[in-house]
Amino acid sequence: MISKSQQQTTDVSVGEPIETDAVIIGAGPVGLFAVFELGLVDIKAHVVDILDKPGGQCAELYPEKPIYDIPAFPEISGQELTDNLLAQIKPFEPTFHFQQRVDALQKLPDGRFQLTTDIGQVFITKVVVIAAGGGSFTPKKPPYPGIADYEGRSVFYAVRQREQFRGKDILIVGGGDSALDWVLNLQPIARSMKLLHRRENFRAAPDSVNKMRALVEAGKMEFHLGQITALHGENGQLTGVTARHGKGPEFEIACDTLLPFFGLTMKLGPIAEWGLNLHENLIPVDTEKFETSIPGIYAIGDINTYPGKLKLILSGFHEAALMAHSAHRVVHPDKTLRFQYTTSSSSLQKKLGVKAS
Amino acid sequence: MPKITFIEFNGTEHVVEGEVGQTLMEVAVKHSIPGIEAECGGACACATCHVYVDEAWLEKTGTPKDTEEDMLDFAFDVRDNSRLSCQIKVTEELDGLVVRLPEKQY
Repeated sequence: MISKSQQQTTDVSVGEPIETDAVIIGAGPVGLFAVFELGLVDIKAHVVDILDKPGGQCAELYPEKPIYDIPAFPEISGQELTDNLLAQIKPFEPTFHFQQRVDALQKLPDGRFQLTTDIGQVFITKVVVIAAGGGSFTPKKPPYPGIADYEGRSVFYAVRQREQFRGKDILIVGGGDSALDWVLNLQPIARSMKLLHRRENFRAAPDSVNKMRALVEAGKMEFHLGQITALHGENGQLTGVTARHGKGPEFEIACDTLLPFFGLTMKLGPIAEWGLNLHENLIPVDTEKFETSIPGIYAIGDINTYPGKLKLILSGFHEAALMAHSAHRVVHPDKTLRFQYTTSSSSLQKKLGVKAS
Repeated sequence: MPKITFIEFNGTEHVVEGEVGQTLMEVAVKHSIPGIEAECGGACACATCHVYVDEAWLEKTGTPKDTEEDMLDFAFDVRDNSRLSCQIKVTEELDGLVVRLPEKQY
């Protein structure tokens, strides 16, 4: 269920700066519906998300779990909701930028905003819509004593450049898809590959597990049962770890590179540094426009707060509609917005690509 | 109402009352027990409500299902008595239950 996002990061490329009307941060249900509401008022949107697919928590945490409080859907799974939203916003042709996190936000002298992602993609936009939910999904860091000293030098939580691991003595820890996928992906270029996992069973796809076991059989890698109890090395360079399986004896595993894969957790991240006067890690907004303390920057869905706020998907949908009407004034200041219904407005139906009856 | 004791990693004890039918995670969140994150809200999808069940209670709490055991792959320092508290339902039988919290959930 946890994505292979870490594995596919190498496919992401940085292009020229993109000028646009709106950038939506977060491709969860509320970010997706914001594409729809913005589209109805003639605002094109780019959508940035750290995951490798749309849906946010719905797709990452509970794709198969039923949700019971989406209006008019007595029961719908996280994945179905995501798929339906994607179908609904299709006429507005949003551009998705996956596996990227918006790190910097800056106001430009002409009133627009410049956003820069962690891989250096730049957006120049008239409005920013923060629909970042519980924050961005980031790898969990295990509590091995002293691990911080090794991070970035010999301990990594994601693979950004595969070549960096050529010729290394790699120890991968974990039993999920990321762990197994990287075992198989890096084994051919590593000097040695070892996998450490707490049990004989794996949550990863059986096919990957079988491939890993075949490599072990062929003497091309090692598999150890256990969990790390200590790291060894100095000046940030790992030389090995101590591990233990259950109440068994401790043993040493030599390695110069450690990749722990324990799934993802949500962290607010750089949004905290954008001057939005956060309140308990949430972004305060008004309830008329869902605008933040900075005009032109909106926050909708789980990430915002206001009196009476409920963290429900349906509340986020409502917030997206009101946000879009306010954003229209910023993006198209010369045009008057007339309130219309999709059931009867031929101009809205034209935008949606449906025939007027 | 069944009494549940949560013991933080630093030894701080919290004795709280649970309601039959709630999950242990819900009891912890309701009483703001530090160290239970429950990021996914009880979907058995995040492993941030990891607890160690006191050995004396293991029989009554039962054993994890496959999905829970799989999810425990994402928890740290997993032991024989590791459970995800969102997968344990409070019953009258669990009156007096003691669980300990791990050093770190994520």
